[in-house]
Amino acid sequence: MSERRSIGSVLSRLLLVDLFKGLAVTLRYNARALVEARDGADPTQAIYTAQYPKERPLVGERWRGAPKLNNDPRTGESLCIACNICALVCPVDVISVGQANREVRDGEKRKKKKVLTTFEFDTSRCMFCGLCQEQCPTLCLELTQEFELAVESRAGLVWDREMLEKGIHVVTYKK
Amino acid sequence: MASDTPSAAAHVFEQTEMLLNMGPQHPSTHGVLRVLLKLDGETVVDLDCDIGYLHRGVEKICEHDTYPMITPYFDRLDYVAAVNGDLVYVEAVERLMGVELPRRAEYLRVILAELQRIASHLLWLATHALDIGAATIFLYAFREREEILKIFENFTGARLTAHAFRIGGLQWDANPEFVRDVLAFLDILPGRIDEYETILSENRIWLARTVGIGVLTAADAIDTGLTGPVLRGSGVAYDVRRAAPYSVYPEFDFEIPTGDTGDTYDRYLVRMQELRQSVRIVRQAIEGLPEGSVMAARVPRVIKPPAGEVFHTNESPKGEIGVYLVSDGTNTPYRLRVRPPCFVNLQALKQLAVGHLVADVVALIGTIDIVLGEVDR
Repeated sequence: MSERRSIGSVLSRLLLVDLFKGLAVTLRYNARALVEARDGADPTQAIYTAQYPKERPLVGERWRGAPKLNNDPRTGESLCIACNICALVCPVDVISVGQANREVRDGEKRKKKKVLTTFEFDTSRCMFCGLCQEQCPTLCLELTQEFELAVESRAGLVWDREMLEKGIHVVTYKK
Repeated sequence: MASDTPSAAAHVFEQTEMLLNMGPQHPSTHGVLRVLLKLDGETVVDLDCDIGYLHRGVEKICEHDTYPMITPYFDRLDYVAAVNGDLVYVEAVERLMGVELPRRAEYLRVILAELQRIASHLLWLATHALDIGAATIFLYAFREREEILKIFENFTGARLTAHAFRIGGLQWDANPEFVRDVLAFLDILPGRIDEYETILSENRIWLARTVGIGVLTAADAIDTGLTGPVLRGSGVAYDVRRAAPYSVYPEFDFEIPTGDTGDTYDRYLVRMQELRQSVRIVRQAIEGLPEGSVMAARVPRVIKPPAGEVFHTNESPKGEIGVYLVSDGTNTPYRLRVRPPCFVNLQALKQLAVGHLVADVVALIGTIDIVLGEVDR
């Protein structure tokens, strides 16, 4: 290349001006992090490390996490009416609903009613799309804000009805 | 076999070319891409991409699933731009059904799609720069992307695989803090883009690694069928948002940045400009966000589009993503085909890389911005 360069551009090249400009951005952040206290500092401004698991992150209200079967708070009975919609709508077939016709007492009368017997939810294949909770007519099946789903065995990934109603056991650590 | 060499053995020793496997476990192939390189010294003579490691048969799966069940799969095609994948699918089905959307739903869709474009470009910038050796920018870009993911988490319930769109609208209306969060993010982002450009645009190492690397002329880019920033980097102002407007994009004011020479540096500049243009679109959409419902009235509970076919395309962060959908009037599609921008753009890798060094292949895979979830499907 034979094009002539101005003295300014040659000097700025020799003095590594382009590199120092970038370095100035980094140093500005470092200086700010030194000045600001870590606790309570805006995480977008200063260096910030969340002390997980001692500090637990607050996930969004609409978070689609661990599945849960809700019980009616007044009677303690399952809200599930065994309609099987969640199993039908699931794209990856992780839900299987067991149902039976039982005789139940309604005051004086005895009548047959479809009740839930078993409920299996395979969290290993679940992709947490939320279609099941969206379709549930009684707001029974819910994807909660719980996000720690690790277990020690493959079999533990398949949640039965008891586990779904109780919810996953979360170990909390002290700060 | 007639040969100039005295013996077959001597011929073998005279060869200077060597085959080198790059990937599928190579960090800079951005997933499971195997590139077979034929090298002469350190210069690439020929290369071949071996894809399919992430093939899940999504298009076949879709033939067995009902229409609402397909949307989560589109989250997982281009998993760093899930919203854009969802958008093209639900719009295709809506076009087939002839559903008119409420304006609030259209605006929220555009806001989410453009935020996702910003997130995707930030992830591209972070990983592309890291591949080339600029580690600082990686953390900075991820910090800003995190803000978008938080907005998504609060709006949709998931950070990556948003699954926010339903056929006929959105699942949720915006959460109460949504507008405030987005505006706060839009306030900080342009300053941060300035910082990225301070770090990279004049940096001599960055220039040495990108200027003149992988030059693609406009004619070649069109012939290969490239779309998105890779095509615009070569100077072709083709953007589906302008060329075949969808949703409410005609109502917004934005420019289509293009490059001149079509090298890696130009594609970097185009994407940086696109970040700023997306900020413009989101700001206009937030300011004009109408009130009302986010779900169209009269969307049937069981979605059965009338028999027919539709081909609908969108501008995803990677390029033109298309969905070809054939309906036979039942509740599952007869055939669904995705026109993936990443797969087509990846085909240009050979043209880009031949004649360059092995180290440049890393930069070139980065510059075409592929996501293997979409290449393999």
